[in-house]
Amino acid sequence: MINKFAISTLALAAMTGAPAMAQDISVKLGVLNDRSGIYADLSGEGSVVAARMAVEDFKAADKGMTVEIVSADHQNKPDVGSNIARQWYDVDGVNAILDIPTSSVALAVANITHEANGVMLNSGAGSTSLTREQCRPTTVHWTYDTAALANGTGAAMTNAGGKKWFFLTADYAFGHSLEENTTAVVEANGGEVVGQVNVPFPAQDFSSFLLQAQGSGADVIGLANAGGDTVNAIKQASEFGITQAGQKLAALLMFANDVHALGPQTAQGLSLTEAFYWDQNDGTREFSQRFMDTHGSMPSMVQAGVYSATLAYLEAVQTVGSAEDGKAVVDQMKAMDIDDALFGKVTIRADGRALHDMYLFEVKTAEESTGEWDLYNQISSVTGEEAFLPMLDECDFSKQ
Amino acid sequence: MFELLGIPPQVLLGQILLGLINGSFYAVLSLGLAVIFGLLNIINFAHGALYMAGAFVAWMLLHYLGIGYWPALILAPLIVGAFGILMERTMLSRLYHLDHLYGLLLTFGLALIIQGLFRNYYGISGLAYQIPDLLSGGQNLGFMYLPNYRAWVVIASVLVCFSTWFMIEKTRLGAYLRAATENPTLVGAFGINVPLMIMLTYGFGVALAGFAGVLAAPIYSVNPTMGEQLIIVVFAVVVIGGMGSIMGAIVTGYMLGIIEGLTRVFYPEGSAVVIFVIMAIVLMIKPEGLFGRPV
Repeated sequence: MINKFAISTLALAAMTGAPAMAQDISVKLGVLNDRSGIYADLSGEGSVVAARMAVEDFKAADKGMTVEIVSADHQNKPDVGSNIARQWYDVDGVNAILDIPTSSVALAVANITHEANGVMLNSGAGSTSLTREQCRPTTVHWTYDTAALANGTGAAMTNAGGKKWFFLTADYAFGHSLEENTTAVVEANGGEVVGQVNVPFPAQDFSSFLLQAQGSGADVIGLANAGGDTVNAIKQASEFGITQAGQKLAALLMFANDVHALGPQTAQGLSLTEAFYWDQNDGTREFSQRFMDTHGSMPSMVQAGVYSATLAYLEAVQTVGSAEDGKAVVDQMKAMDIDDALFGKVTIRADGRALHDMYLFEVKTAEESTGEWDLYNQISSVTGEEAFLPMLDECDFSKQ
Repeated sequence: MFELLGIPPQVLLGQILLGLINGSFYAVLSLGLAVIFGLLNIINFAHGALYMAGAFVAWMLLHYLGIGYWPALILAPLIVGAFGILMERTMLSRLYHLDHLYGLLLTFGLALIIQGLFRNYYGISGLAYQIPDLLSGGQNLGFMYLPNYRAWVVIASVLVCFSTWFMIEKTRLGAYLRAATENPTLVGAFGINVPLMIMLTYGFGVALAGFAGVLAAPIYSVNPTMGEQLIIVVFAVVVIGGMGSIMGAIVTGYMLGIIEGLTRVFYPEGSAVVIFVIMAIVLMIKPEGLFGRPV
């Protein structure tokens, strides 16, 4: 289950006969994510590819650093994820664990990481708890969280006139958290929630639930779900003429690969919030094209987040001079000014929340889209300070 | 009663209709399972994977060869059926003299392999397949908007279910099949090629799964797990209907679709388990299933 493949840059350097460097730091990174289930496309092997690209771009070997990458499938199960994380820290000498989609697994790994004084660079999970109720000084939450998604999509749609909301909520922790965050944003912007239905997870047929949403007279149907559930719900909303009749759909968590799966004919006009899209500027395009050449699809924001977080982490390790003390490395990351090729200016707040711009996108129509991956028009952007929740006092690790 | 539960009758009518549509998928899939079990005594766990394969074959026909929905409705089941025959000839036929459990384990393993292969090549996010132009749009029935495609799903599945039932229960070919199940040696002695008949029956049962897959492609996400999610429910349908009962599978399929649809209105959280609750009750009261022959 544990796929081990190592990029031992130092070994490579040794083979080519490069002289040993003065500084000799060895770092072991573990990419822990879903490699076979519903999040395998947005994280999975792609995140390993992204981490490997970061190590190459950092030119670790030239800086006298040995970086090794291991990866494993947590199967979206907290117990499986916890066991792997323990083994990695205690037996295999892993210094940092990356990605970790599925909030329940991420929260478990955050604790284990803290106990082991490792580092968690989270890109895949959405729960705000990672930097709030369960904040840890060894956690960095890089890419997004449910509050940022709600602030992006929820606020934009409410302000655009979608005052009455009806939620289709995936009936587990993530769905309820997304619904709760979005409700707060909708109400803060003068909207109201007229109803909701808890949909068993995972679901294939949404027609019954969509019909209930239609009957509610809501302006916006908020989809507090993810992955295949979101895809099915959108596909069927279009089939039942719900979007054509004027009700709008808000996909509260949707990734580029989901939009790609739906195709522009079905997804056109959807609003969604992401932290990264491959076609934003020269930096994102250059990275994404290289990623595409290796992996065969465009990177999701989660995979892009793994790349950028790894780069920042390696830089911090180099400054600290060792990867052994996880908290010291995270403190250094918090002290750095990061100007990232993919996420722009990034600051890591004292609670571990990475602050960067978030973007509201609209899916292009079939006529506008010029290629398989030509998916979005950018509508607006919000700064990290606006998008993410303010820091809780008890999570201000700069004072502790 | 409606006022008491706060559900207007027209909403209820809409949900019953939707339940009927979902029931159509249950009926076609459980029919294939029942045919295979009733005539071959094989618990075909690969049924969900083959349903998924049907949807993928439809997508491949369109994507690689430009062959649209209507030809795919015939071609995809044929391709999936042919694959099923290959499976039957090379693997399943070796297990007929063994306990049911071996067939179940083999088909379960095959299901995982088929699913894994598709996941490896096409990823997990799914693929887009459009509703055919002829069936896009829908009718306003007053109490709900019925997409034309969903109406077609009900019609197509009723036709397929009825013809299958008629063929097996009312024709000479069906009589041979049923006789071959009861006593293959005797039927063989009359000059009928029993292995060929069994092979074709398996192919047919599997083709039904492929057919359901093509029906599902335009409305559900075409992804490698689409069969896995459905197969357990379909097995429950077969158990409730009575293992091996053709009529039982069809009627129970539609009936449970409706019950599930109604649960989605009254208690949505329970809609994923209602079928299993019914299964448990049926097993306690009438273990042979609603339409099964007493054990």
